[in-house]
Amino acid sequence: MDDAIISVRNLHKWYSGVHALKGVSLDFKRGEALGLIGDNGAGKSTLINILSGVQTADEGEILVDGKPVRIARPRDAMNLGIETIYQYNSMVPTMSIARNLFIGREPTRFSVFGVGILDQKKMGSESIKAIANVDLHLRSPDALVGELSGGQRQGVAIARAMHFKSKVMILDEPTNHLSVKETQKVIGFVRGLKEQGVTGVFISHNMHHVFDCCDRVVAMARGEVVLDKRIEETSIDEVHNVL
Amino acid sequence: MKRLFKTYLEKPELAGLILLVLLVVIFEIRSDGVFLNQDNLRGILGILPETGLVAIGVTILMISGEFDLSVGSVFALMPMSMAVLMVEGVPFPLALLAGLGVCAVIGFINGYVTIRFEIPSFITTLGMLFIARSLTIVVSGGFPPLLPADLPNWLFTSFVGPGHMFRMSFLWFAGIAVLTSLMLSRTNFGNWIKATGGFHPAAASMGIPTARVKLACFMLCSMLSGFAGMLQVLRLGSPLPSIGEGLELQAVASAVIGGASLAGGIGTVAGGIIGTILIRIIDNGLVLSQVDANWFKFAIGFLTIFAVVANAWMRKRAKAIKMEN
Repeated sequence: MDDAIISVRNLHKWYSGVHALKGVSLDFKRGEALGLIGDNGAGKSTLINILSGVQTADEGEILVDGKPVRIARPRDAMNLGIETIYQYNSMVPTMSIARNLFIGREPTRFSVFGVGILDQKKMGSESIKAIANVDLHLRSPDALVGELSGGQRQGVAIARAMHFKSKVMILDEPTNHLSVKETQKVIGFVRGLKEQGVTGVFISHNMHHVFDCCDRVVAMARGEVVLDKRIEETSIDEVHNVL
Repeated sequence: MKRLFKTYLEKPELAGLILLVLLVVIFEIRSDGVFLNQDNLRGILGILPETGLVAIGVTILMISGEFDLSVGSVFALMPMSMAVLMVEGVPFPLALLAGLGVCAVIGFINGYVTIRFEIPSFITTLGMLFIARSLTIVVSGGFPPLLPADLPNWLFTSFVGPGHMFRMSFLWFAGIAVLTSLMLSRTNFGNWIKATGGFHPAAASMGIPTARVKLACFMLCSMLSGFAGMLQVLRLGSPLPSIGEGLELQAVASAVIGGASLAGGIGTVAGGIIGTILIRIIDNGLVLSQVDANWFKFAIGFLTIFAVVANAWMRKRAKAIKMEN
């Protein structure tokens, strides 16, 4: 019925003797917001790092749209439409919003071996559009990211992922270190993904946040998936018990 | 406060520029108008390219988040290797290419060792400072070789322009300054340099080849330093093995006075040049104002500390602004 946009099959990962992922198999369904929950060391970050190309799996296979793929570097993941937003490290605070939006994917007017002149006009106008699309109200795309609040930064990161038409957006604990109000805003962004037809993967320590904005919850413990249910079929207590 | 922080991040060289104008006015008055006369300016502009080119390289490398102490030694090694080759009968253009090749290799080693073994570039390039200086003396056998008579001085050191105001080296310097400045502000590669130095994890997670970006900056820095050393040797007419000693710290001082941050991500080519001009002007102006010239290093030292303290204060304010939100 609802098909999987990403499937992982039997993923294993060892860190010098520690078996961090013990044969994880999981389907990420198209257009669904999936909440990934687990204690520290449960393997959720490892799983996410493998999907975003920061690490590679020692064993197992990844399928995107049913086809097996190799994700060796962050750029591979981006090219497949998988975009990852980290709690803090996806923006350069000393650079402007416009420049941050296009880091590594700058539009150029002409280029030789991938190096060329920036199309600054395009960067400016596209970033205004991108920011407006996520309902973020900022004065100017030339403002420095260092001037923004934590929630606004996550908004810009989400705008960036949207702009590059990502199909899957992974949000790795995006609400850490944010105030209650800013957290609500980020949760609002996650809810908004569905309308834009984007699959969301929301990683959090906070059960309430996950139950607030996700369709399905997956809990991990000791490198394995221990629970995988739709939100309406489970409860915070049940998830607590399996962890 | 936010405005000030923003201005500082966008134009980190502004404070240096204000100081520069101030000092020019003071020296002009104190020297009874000698400071800005044609002969004195010609003297300053004649040697500015040599330290200026090194400062450009060091500034760009610092923006990418790394550091090079070996520039002074490379400054001597590059013209020395050229001279040794030319004594063997190698024509100038080939010797120039070989010299730049030596610099590129040194920059590559600096970068590769720093990145591969994840050690501070301070240490790698401190080692290279000794290695390159030693090599300079070894290849020359301790005596500077005699340069051939038919060198293309017209291309590098001859005086040109109205009133023979500039040396050709100044045109090379100006051209390289404009090109590197545009590279930093207008190309995607410049964006990668700033991102790599500004916040490495973000740059890496966005797929920027940060190792290659840093390697390129290391190599550019070494090649600019070597080229600058060659300009000095052509001006002096002899490849002394001791040239460029202490230059590495002056170059860092230039970059820092011009607003570059040791932590990376912040800085401009223009700032590095302004820092260099400041140092040259203090050197020259103190003499013209009949101040004991031994105060020169005092002034440079004071200015450097002052610049870094101001930078650190700005960063602290920046952090405070982030906390407020």
